[in-house]
Amino acid sequence: MMKQQSLARETAAGRNNQVREGAARILFLAAACVSILAVLLITFFLLVNGVPAIAEIGIFKFLLGTVWKPGNDIYGILPMILGSFCVTAGALVLGVPIGVLTAIFLSRFASKRMVKTIKPAVQLLAGIPSVVYGFFGLVVIVPLLGGRGSMLAASIVLAIMILPTIITVSESSLNAVESSYYEGALALGATHERSVFSIILPAAKSGVTAAVILGVGRAIGEAMAVIMVAGNQPRMPQGLMKGLRTLTTNIVMEMGYSADLHREALIATGVVLFIFILIINFLFSLTKRRKQQ
Amino acid sequence: MKRQKISAFLLRFAVYLAAFITVGALLFVVGYILVKGVPNLSLKLFEWKYNSENLSLLPALLNTVLITVLSLLIAVPLGVFAAIYLVEYARRGSRLVRVIRMNAETLSGIPSIVYGLFGMLFFVTALKLGFSMLSGALTLSIMILPVILRTSEEALMSVPDSFREGSFGLGAGRLRTVFRVVLPDAIPGILAGVILGVGRIVGETAALIYTAGTASDTVSGIMDSARTLSVHMYALSQEGLYINQTYATAVVLLVIVVCINALSASLAKRFSRKR
Repeated sequence: MMKQQSLARETAAGRNNQVREGAARILFLAAACVSILAVLLITFFLLVNGVPAIAEIGIFKFLLGTVWKPGNDIYGILPMILGSFCVTAGALVLGVPIGVLTAIFLSRFASKRMVKTIKPAVQLLAGIPSVVYGFFGLVVIVPLLGGRGSMLAASIVLAIMILPTIITVSESSLNAVESSYYEGALALGATHERSVFSIILPAAKSGVTAAVILGVGRAIGEAMAVIMVAGNQPRMPQGLMKGLRTLTTNIVMEMGYSADLHREALIATGVVLFIFILIINFLFSLTKRRKQQ
Repeated sequence: MKRQKISAFLLRFAVYLAAFITVGALLFVVGYILVKGVPNLSLKLFEWKYNSENLSLLPALLNTVLITVLSLLIAVPLGVFAAIYLVEYARRGSRLVRVIRMNAETLSGIPSIVYGLFGMLFFVTALKLGFSMLSGALTLSIMILPVILRTSEEALMSVPDSFREGSFGLGAGRLRTVFRVVLPDAIPGILAGVILGVGRIVGETAALIYTAGTASDTVSGIMDSARTLSVHMYALSQEGLYINQTYATAVVLLVIVVCINALSASLAKRFSRKR
């Protein structure tokens, strides 16, 4: 009798435990699915609110139109698409060589003590908020370049901002190159510099490419730093020293007071930006996969 | 031979120059802000109420703390639980795991202005939460979710399997093993990720302007609109009249972010040294 009771209690406890285990499993699974849900929701809400405007304006007029005049109901975002490309390209031209060379320095030239001081500095650079970068650009770089916001100013600020991304990712891929490559090159009589540049750097190519792609993503998506230094005129890019507007700043500038089709056209601008980012993400995962193989 | 020497010298020069530029850029940005900002720090900037006389940053600072806490309350459980599922429950390399990882990666690549747009469309308009601290915190919690998920995953994965086997061997179930054995060991690593997320929240502007709004007072509830310190600094710089106060605000922002990042880095370091 006693034994039966305690057995019953034990199985009840066991069942209780099983229920708890099952519930926990479902809870964890649900939490894991939140990222999927979030991506779906973001895609859905952007498309639903943006695509009708694109349809109403006409996809070619919207994407290839060179005039953005919401007052006259003219919505062409080609100037902003090109603007985003221009500042990003400028940021890459300045940022990639400096970033990759700094990564090479950290990985193959610097003493341990130097690495210990420079690495936290790079991390610090990554942590500075974009408004602070933008403000720095506004009070230092813009006055140096003639006092007006310009493509060059935006490119310089963005180049500084993407440095940490490029340095960190490139450095880890440089560090991952087997030391036998380097030693082999030295044994064949190459100098240290030559071994690094013609053996190790090519071996780390896919990692460096991944770093650059990540940098592109950061530069093209940056809004607050660019808005403070780019001038923001909604016209076709006219040169290094002239102001321009990017996709991101178009949204930030006008969303506050827009309504109706204007507002929807701004959301559609976000859709175009989102699609660019998805393409960049795809390229990134492609290079990463190649690296793993 | 001589040509080789010259090219070696040039390459070496380029490498050193690049490192010098990187460090120089950092020192210039931080140094300039500090030199211009520190003399402008005054008690007036820390008065309880904001007005156009004192341009106090205290309300924005309090709002930042509140929105950070709120975002973490949402994002940390979600991120840690998701990581627990991926590491402790799911079959490694299963299809679902791959899909979840891919989506988390996509999330981490989305620019903050797109999060801001989404937050405005979904939380502010569709869910009718309005420009409020809650809308802002919900938006931010999705934004930092991938950071927390990834670091938690790494922290959990670095807990040796022998811990789990020991716990199972003593008759503990999976749930108890996770909460009593695995999680405690992984906490410093998870914390490093959480603090990294805090750093992102504090520095965020674009995702907040159209979700939490730009009201300049301290909130009285989570349904109030409120600006954080970064948004406050942006608003000040846009007005263009208060350059000195903007410098000072930048200093405060910079110091906070630097401290947060240093904390995260030192935690991560201690965690990895333990391994």
